[in-house]
Amino acid sequence: MNILVLLKQVPDTTEMQIDKETGTLIRAGVPTITNPDDLAGMEMALRLKDSYGANVTCITMGPPQARNMLRELYSMGADNCVLLSDMKFSGADTWATSNTLAAYIKTVDYDLIIAGRQAIDGDTAQVGPQTAEKLNLPQVTYVDDIIDISKERIIVKKALENNYEIIESSLPCVITTLSTAAKPRYMTVKGISDAFTKEIKQVSFDDLEIDPTIIGLKGSPTKVKKTFTKEVHKNSDVLHLDGKTSARKIVETLLDLNFIGK
Amino acid sequence: MYKGISFDLSEKQLLMQKLFREFSQQEVMPIAAEIDELERFPVETVEKMKTIGMLGIPFESKYGGSDGDNLTYILAVEELSKVCGTTGVILSAHTSLGANPIYTYGTEEQKLKYLIPLAKGEKLGAFGLTEPNAGSDAAMQQTVAVKDGDFYRINGSKIFITNGGYAHTYIIFAMTDKSKGTRGISAFIVDKDMDGFSIGKTEHKLGIKGSSTTELIFKDMMVPKENLLGPEGKGFAIAMSTLDGGRIGIAAQALGIAQGSLDEAVSYVKERKQFGRALSAFQNTQFTIAELQTKIDAARLLVYRAAYLKDMNKNYSSEAAMAKLFASEVAMETTTKSIQLHGGYGYTRDYPVERMFRDAKITEIYEGTSEVQKMVIASKILR
Repeated sequence: MNILVLLKQVPDTTEMQIDKETGTLIRAGVPTITNPDDLAGMEMALRLKDSYGANVTCITMGPPQARNMLRELYSMGADNCVLLSDMKFSGADTWATSNTLAAYIKTVDYDLIIAGRQAIDGDTAQVGPQTAEKLNLPQVTYVDDIIDISKERIIVKKALENNYEIIESSLPCVITTLSTAAKPRYMTVKGISDAFTKEIKQVSFDDLEIDPTIIGLKGSPTKVKKTFTKEVHKNSDVLHLDGKTSARKIVETLLDLNFIGK
Repeated sequence: MYKGISFDLSEKQLLMQKLFREFSQQEVMPIAAEIDELERFPVETVEKMKTIGMLGIPFESKYGGSDGDNLTYILAVEELSKVCGTTGVILSAHTSLGANPIYTYGTEEQKLKYLIPLAKGEKLGAFGLTEPNAGSDAAMQQTVAVKDGDFYRINGSKIFITNGGYAHTYIIFAMTDKSKGTRGISAFIVDKDMDGFSIGKTEHKLGIKGSSTTELIFKDMMVPKENLLGPEGKGFAIAMSTLDGGRIGIAAQALGIAQGSLDEAVSYVKERKQFGRALSAFQNTQFTIAELQTKIDAARLLVYRAAYLKDMNKNYSSEAAMAKLFASEVAMETTTKSIQLHGGYGYTRDYPVERMFRDAKITEIYEGTSEVQKMVIASKILR
């Protein structure tokens, strides 16, 4: 079984700050991590490898420093790592990104594609589904567990808001995974020792058959005009009331604001 | 490119450090206070270290190891010890004292039989040199090994053996010829399942309470002659060179404890307010932290240098002694002052600096006291 795992190197948003003047993220000096939903997908792929034997290929599109993430994925147990990197790919929105990923995936063999549900920097949850559409594959999003897999089909548990759906799909297909689906394993010391001897396959624009107008910043229909943090307004009244009256006043206010129902 | 001296870890070592840091934070720190309080050996942590290949870091994969280097192993002991001195010494004693003598002095057959399970982490290692009457004066061995056919019959006892109660494979020293003094001492690989082997008293200690420190008793213990490690009569030399390596591990443990306690103090002084200001706003706090971090950095350079020299197959005996002497003193000073920066809270078990202070003291004592380190250093200078 050939499993492709799609992953993204993202800034660690827990350490992120926003430039109040420009409204943009201050990326300088912020550590990068592997997107948590994607790591769960990686762990699911490795568990399939442990149970059934599989070849796990990790694919990312990003700048050259994404190699660091791929080394970590080798250290966890990936069999192959591929970096799609080219100035022509940069600045891509989800549509242009999935065009690029799909163009590469068309050139390789696979039985299952696993992507994280969404990345913590953009939170769009679009790249996995779009990639599936462009490869004309069935897809199941928000996967929390793989219940069974055979040569031709997969049965997964898909999380809904308050319950689950059990879904069977033919293979190949795309599933997108939640970070809660599987706790990623640690790298191993031997894995790290070996990771630095393994090749990271580099794929650039010239290696792909792709229309240059549907990739990168220029091929992206999304145009970001401004990013900003919503301001918190504090228009508070100060009232001097006794205990009973103030309790009533609090409940009335919460009812007025629809924080609680009657 | 600039050559001559480098203060940078390689990309590979940095990634190893990241792994050890994540492992220590997520798996070791949460139970550090509990295993100290209950004096409980953390078997589950040893099992987890096995899974990620931490129990055979500096050994080749053909012997079950992880193909790392000594500096990488030292980084592991440092990161573990930042959050738990007990776990740091479990790894150090296993690797430096239990497995390394077989790696360095063992025959191919001994490596296949004993090193592979140690390096894979299937078995835990320990080292028995110290006796009630042979501490710093290790030459005064009273344990005796007498040749008896294809065996050595060993009688005697060892004390203060780290990992004693949980190890499977022990490197044991015994007199094979009393008339020759230190040249009459030999080293043996001993399996805990051998007849005549038993574990005696378990020590209750000031610190590193989760580690197992026991007495070993040998009563007509029959050790096959193929378990003689190195030539007969070379045991003392093997012990001394093994301790040279072990000292880098203990130095790394001291370094980790020091940095761990200062990290705790730094976060505390940013939170704690007195006289209307955070403690970190007082110059006394700032100067104390500056002095301590400077000393810790100096210790780190000495520790990494010793590990580097070992990796380069250069003589590192004196440098390892310097690293341990200095790092253990820095650990005592840092943990003492970290408690002081915490004030009364630091004296309670609600804050980890109290445990770190107790853990630090042993680093000035085991694998050669500070005084023994000075003997090693001076003997090289004055020879």
